[in-house]
Amino acid sequence: MIAYIIRRIGGSIVVLIGISIITFSLAYLVPANPARAIVGPHASEALVLQVEKQLGLNQPLPIRYVHYMENLLQGNLGTSYVLDQPVTTLIGQRAGATAQLAVTAWIGELLIGLPIGIISALYDRKAVDHVVSIFALIGISLPVFFVGLELMYWVGFRLGWLPVGGSGGFTFVILPALTYAITGAAYYARLLKSSMIDVMNSDYIRTAKAKGASPNRVILRHALRNAIIPVMTYGGIDIASLFGGVVVIEDVFGYSGIGQLTVQAINNLDVPVIMGTVLFAALFVVLFNLLVDVLYGIVDPRITY
Amino acid sequence: MSQTMMPPSTELTQTLAHPQGKIQSKFVRILKAYPLVFVGGLMVLTLIFVAVFADKLAPFSPDFQFPNGLASNGAPLAPNHTFIMGTDDLGRDVYSRLLFGARISLEVGVFASLISLFIGTSLGIISGYYGKWIDSIIMRITDIMLAFPFILFVVALVAVLTPSVSNIFIAIGVLGWASTARIVRAQVLAVKEFEYVQAARALGSRQFRILFRIILPNIMAPVIVLTTLAIGNNMLLESTLSFLGIGVQPPTPSWGSMLAEGQQVFEYAPWLLYYPGLALLFSVLGFNLLGDGLRELFNPRRVR
Repeated sequence: MIAYIIRRIGGSIVVLIGISIITFSLAYLVPANPARAIVGPHASEALVLQVEKQLGLNQPLPIRYVHYMENLLQGNLGTSYVLDQPVTTLIGQRAGATAQLAVTAWIGELLIGLPIGIISALYDRKAVDHVVSIFALIGISLPVFFVGLELMYWVGFRLGWLPVGGSGGFTFVILPALTYAITGAAYYARLLKSSMIDVMNSDYIRTAKAKGASPNRVILRHALRNAIIPVMTYGGIDIASLFGGVVVIEDVFGYSGIGQLTVQAINNLDVPVIMGTVLFAALFVVLFNLLVDVLYGIVDPRITY
Repeated sequence: MSQTMMPPSTELTQTLAHPQGKIQSKFVRILKAYPLVFVGGLMVLTLIFVAVFADKLAPFSPDFQFPNGLASNGAPLAPNHTFIMGTDDLGRDVYSRLLFGARISLEVGVFASLISLFIGTSLGIISGYYGKWIDSIIMRITDIMLAFPFILFVVALVAVLTPSVSNIFIAIGVLGWASTARIVRAQVLAVKEFEYVQAARALGSRQFRILFRIILPNIMAPVIVLTTLAIGNNMLLESTLSFLGIGVQPPTPSWGSMLAEGQQVFEYAPWLLYYPGLALLFSVLGFNLLGDGLRELFNPRRVR
């Protein structure tokens, strides 16, 4: 187990380095010159050269990458070209807002998705199941920004129950989180349903039924516990990607989190911020993948490493 | 149901008597057993029809700003006799823009998926068949691709390539192959131990023949399902990019950018959100229904 975890951590580091190299090269492949973007289109050529030198943009790409990684290991992600603040500060300011949205959205997804999944597994191929399946498919097919805009229009504007957008207290979190929950819950429902059906056909469920366990006990104690494993994998990746910023929803609701910061940085060619936010998001995905794999062994004693 | 209850002998004589009838009843039976394929297929065909004949179906040019297309206070016109879905904030006909938007959506969805399909299947087959270090390298790259915040990756690449329809589907396609590669690899690992592959190898077939003539056809079913679902997903992705302003550039109508334009004025023109949103839902749902239906159809474990 320990050896497995160490091996997995090694693999995760390789993945993160790969991501940093790709993002770095991608960010500097942009045909526009960041130095020119900073000083403006009317500044003199000399000033552009001076800024390039200041930012170290005149050095070859591999050297700049090594330099960047040296700073990264010391916890320094550089300074934003546009906002003129350290990238760590910018991420730190928004991490709380994004985390609040991420957790609320995730809980919302589970609250909607898991009961629906269980119900449609119990009524497999009955009318209830068909109705639920259609709704799940619609949920998956809905563009997230369309749901966001409709909620904003009806709940925020017409009914006036919640703020239309912006950030502040918890009331600002509800609509964006609900938007994510509505579109994301369907994945959980479908995943749990198919996994429940697989489990319900297995021998140990037949044994549990045969020895006279009540149907509720069979479902909740025996079936659910085993069916939840694939759902856990998805749940881990899902919340990890949420922590990295809920790009589109943050944009729709003008919610100032990591996702909005990233989109602004891409639009402004603010390379240090792009690097920082992408690495931050990737770190969560890698970390949670690792965590889920380790949790497997705890929930499912059949898995050994 | 009554058909399956029929004694086999009756069915046999019927079949011998009317070979044509057999094909027809089989077709009907599949439709009855898999209504999803039918409904989804019909929705997809509708979308293709609209996309192909957009210029014939649209009453007006999608880019024309009608002088009478705005109310006297400058607000968009609500749906009426001339503009059946109303006009947008520039006085353009929403219905015509919606029809032309189908083209962009479908074009990006299909081409991006084909690119991913090609890259993912090739890498998956090579990885699964050769194994060893080639497999390790390809799978590590796949891990990296999957760990990337996908939407950000696409946004960044499109920004680098400069936004245009072809760059959008190239970016989505080139970045979106990882899950296909994984699934294909798993399929190849299962299939390559089967007798018919072993037999081909024993008979001295060339590698290329084994890979693409023997293994590939046997793993097609999940790949077709995956690609169908991917088209819907990639259509959503295109609309997302256009919504964020990094996708199809104005004045070309895309459902995503129509929604973004609608957001500016939705307090007094909510129809600018309904139509493009519902068009997107219809199209993506069509591909998802079809993909789900095909998955059931191909699944040998689900006997009907």
